[in-house]
Amino acid sequence: MRDSRPTWPVMRQLESDPLALGAAAQSDTNREWQARTKGVKAVKSVCPYCAVGCGQLLYVKDNKLIQVEGDPDSPISRGRLCPKGAATRTMVQSPTREYKVKYRRPYGTAWEELSLDQAMDMIADRVLKTRRETWLSQEEGKDVNRCEGIASLGGATLDNEENYLMKKLYTALGVVQVENQARI
Amino acid sequence: MGTSFGRGGATTFQQDLQNSDCIMIMGSNMAENHPVGFQWVMEARERGARVIHVDPRFTRTSAMADLHVPIRAGSDIAFLGGIINYILQNDRAFKEYVVNYTNGPVILKDEFQDTEDLDGMFSGWHEDKGGYTFETWQYKGMDLHGAAGQREGESALAEREPFQQREDALENGEPPHMDKTLQDPRCIYQIIKRHYSRYTPEMAAKICGIRPKQLIEVAEALCSNSGRDRTSNIAYSVAWTQHTFGVQMIRAAAIIQLLLGNIGRPGGGIMALRGHASIQGSTDIPTLFNILPGYIPMPHAKAHHNLAHFIESEGAKTGFWGNLDKYTVSLLKAWYGDHATENNEYCFPLLPRISGDHSAYRSAMAAIDGKLKGYFICGENPAVGNANAGLHRRALASLEWLVVRDFHEIESAAFWYDSPEIESGELETEAIPTEVFWMPAAAHTEKDGSFTNTQRLLQWHHKAVEPQGDARSELWFYYHLGKRIKHKIQAQDEPWADAIRWLTWDYPTKGEIEEPDAHMVLREINGWDSEGKALSSYTQLKADGSTVCGCWIYCGCYKDELNQTARRKPHTQQTWVAPEWGWAWPADRRLLYNRASADPDGKPWSARKAYVWWDSVKEQWTGYDVPDFEKTKKPGYVPPSGAKREEAIAGWHPFIMQDDGLGWLFVPNGVVDGPLPTYFEPHESPVKNALYGVQSNPARQVFPRKFNEYNPSPSEQHGDVFPFVLYTYRLTEHHTAGGMSRTVPHLSELQPELFCEVSPELAQLRGLRHGDWATIYNVRAVIEARVMVTSRVQPIRMNGKVLHSVGLPYHWGSRGIVTGDTTNDLLHIALDPNVHIQETKGLTCDIRPGRRPRGKARKTFLDEVRAKAYMETRV
Repeated sequence: MRDSRPTWPVMRQLESDPLALGAAAQSDTNREWQARTKGVKAVKSVCPYCAVGCGQLLYVKDNKLIQVEGDPDSPISRGRLCPKGAATRTMVQSPTREYKVKYRRPYGTAWEELSLDQAMDMIADRVLKTRRETWLSQEEGKDVNRCEGIASLGGATLDNEENYLMKKLYTALGVVQVENQARI
Repeated sequence: MGTSFGRGGATTFQQDLQNSDCIMIMGSNMAENHPVGFQWVMEARERGARVIHVDPRFTRTSAMADLHVPIRAGSDIAFLGGIINYILQNDRAFKEYVVNYTNGPVILKDEFQDTEDLDGMFSGWHEDKGGYTFETWQYKGMDLHGAAGQREGESALAEREPFQQREDALENGEPPHMDKTLQDPRCIYQIIKRHYSRYTPEMAAKICGIRPKQLIEVAEALCSNSGRDRTSNIAYSVAWTQHTFGVQMIRAAAIIQLLLGNIGRPGGGIMALRGHASIQGSTDIPTLFNILPGYIPMPHAKAHHNLAHFIESEGAKTGFWGNLDKYTVSLLKAWYGDHATENNEYCFPLLPRISGDHSAYRSAMAAIDGKLKGYFICGENPAVGNANAGLHRRALASLEWLVVRDFHEIESAAFWYDSPEIESGELETEAIPTEVFWMPAAAHTEKDGSFTNTQRLLQWHHKAVEPQGDARSELWFYYHLGKRIKHKIQAQDEPWADAIRWLTWDYPTKGEIEEPDAHMVLREINGWDSEGKALSSYTQLKADGSTVCGCWIYCGCYKDELNQTARRKPHTQQTWVAPEWGWAWPADRRLLYNRASADPDGKPWSARKAYVWWDSVKEQWTGYDVPDFEKTKKPGYVPPSGAKREEAIAGWHPFIMQDDGLGWLFVPNGVVDGPLPTYFEPHESPVKNALYGVQSNPARQVFPRKFNEYNPSPSEQHGDVFPFVLYTYRLTEHHTAGGMSRTVPHLSELQPELFCEVSPELAQLRGLRHGDWATIYNVRAVIEARVMVTSRVQPIRMNGKVLHSVGLPYHWGSRGIVTGDTTNDLLHIALDPNVHIQETKGLTCDIRPGRRPRGKARKTFLDEVRAKAYMETRV
């Protein structure tokens, strides 16, 4: 609510805002402005970059991520984010991010389109084919029962639940060459 | 860490750094790479703590430290050995801690011989096999199993049955031969004292390129800030792990911290700072070849014939690893459900067997050799991020099929038409057989799940929005891939089909895209009892098949049917330990081995450093954290003779995962390149080892082959061809291989171009101008970078010669919003023998002004370089 006294900024600063960060810096226009996160649902999350584990608040409006901020409740980060963490919204909404499966056939010179369903089916076929072709029952007279021809790389950027399903499925397939960034 | 203390994780948590009286950051640029964690170092400094940074470069971490010591890249063990020697020569160890909590008083077998006796080698070396066996490193009258690290079963040397731990070895909870006065010349304390006696301040300073008084100042700061009333912390990251002796660097820090009594106490410990959101988690629940969830070893072809034999040889008789049968059977029940019965050894025979090193570098070489056909890459970019990236691109170009899951079309997906090899004509698109499936991945904002951060803390992130288009989580991808595979094998005659057919794979799904419920996966990881109720602790696990648990160290994260990892009580509403935020393994303990925060009688060492103590009225351990000890085991508990498992651990032994309950100054079992850290030069080094006749770690893994050539070192001919030390590092604004940062407009603008940091002296020597281009090269690759002339890097004076270095960040590649040459093309593959981690700090190179040759001229240039180094040119 505006009062009727003179509204020169310097007066407001002298009266109640010595650092000129509040009322003294306000105009009729920006007085009405509100944070874009006001009244918006904040989803609790964790920064996806390094392993410090800073808390993040994801602000979602109309099913769209509109802002990512540090979570002041976190005992580790106490609301802070580094330049990478603060760029999280742009990371997930990057202009170079892609959303369609792409396929390059052997010796091909260009990407082709492929449906997700067809890609999944083709990958499952290749896994089984390579598993059959490179199955090793014994090595130097000892049982090994593993698939020599398939390997996997990645996991340190993924969730525990994802790593669990990966290790479980690979081990059942006999794939032992499973590795992640722990060594990088 | 695992081999010294019992668990492979940071011993403390970041907030606890504020309690330190001295923090030594070494092998880490914490202020720039873990900026938000660094606030706790600043808190400590505000409270009067001394902050020390030991690093070749002066960085923002150095700027905030009280003292910066610029050592030569790769010389860390000489520096740390110098500190150990200072502690022992000046009698500065925390004796009461060392005598009661470490294996310092233990007498070793007569057969053990030290590097002092064998000029850099320990006893047990087998020249024909290029490795050690562990028999001679044992305690007198007791063979040890080891809580972590490489067991003999996994070693390439395992030609015989792994040795058995004697059941009657511990006497009243203690190893049979000890000298608690620490005077016996065969006791570990004295052996260590002798081992490090040549690491004098003068010798260490000579190797590191510093002045002796700098080493003494650091050692004195650590000593005077340790003891009953004070504690010091050591923080490190990948600049320690990425060496051919990386494990030994961390071991050296462990020895310092055990001698000074800093483990298990507030403000103490070793803080491992890791670089990916869930890198700790992906080790705990491993996407790694050599372990199963919870650090259970993968069965080995030569050592593990059946379940009973596996438990017998891999489980300890004493300590919590004595429960390996419970952990393993519960895991098998999680994976094979009702099919896993006592009669079929709970499906243990279905597990594949490893027979040596199956790490990613081996896989890449196997691809080039035509043995590896199919490859999955999920959220990793080996064409930029892996050491010797050029070799990895050639590996990708040799596959039959490749699946890349990422947000962007990263270099590892585009290698077949966009790479340095395509540019130079060494590879041609039309000749590359690889079939590539590029699959869009969902981000953490688009899925539920938990990350385990650098302090073993599991934190749940909730889905905020649905993934768009074909973007899916890895949870979705692997669940649905598994479903399809299970369906397809019904109709086909597959080898070893039951391993897949019997696998439990029924997770409820949600929504239109049928996303598996991540909570239910976490619940399986946590496990349940015979009535299907969520377990609350790994101590409830049984070996009779009645309990299910996907990862025993995570047991309790779904206690009371609640996702404990999603707990978010604000830190302002709880103690500084914040026990109600997330969930930490094991058993929600935030500070490990915290029994050691009390003296042998269970009383705090001092009021200032009280953390966990024995409440003699309630007869239980209590304090600010969950005690890392059996809650009601008395401090004076003496195990009866023949006690097994945790009952064999005495009430005053805090390291409950170890078979003797002690912190291991000396590691009798688990570290394949020696029981004590010993100084060696990096694989490629411009200088000779000043301490021993042996130049480099004799047990390191090297792969001399096409596409992984090594630069000649000084002992070889033409060792002066590459006179400068090369090391790599990271920047605040970028993330590893750039897939999550070079694709972000803000970050790309902040840090647009690859640059190299050189000293004004090197700039003058080679005619390099600030802001201009430089070409950096060795036998593996040639790259270009902008020149940054800065006195943040200093030349080092060694043996009357001046030694220059070139520092390079490694985040760039040919894709993304900002592009640049790939630094890791310059790196070689030479690995630490324990953990198969590559050496990225301390290699050699040369540098000249101007841009690099392009197109076919690139190959011609490299051929000339290789000829100069007297190497054969690539065919």
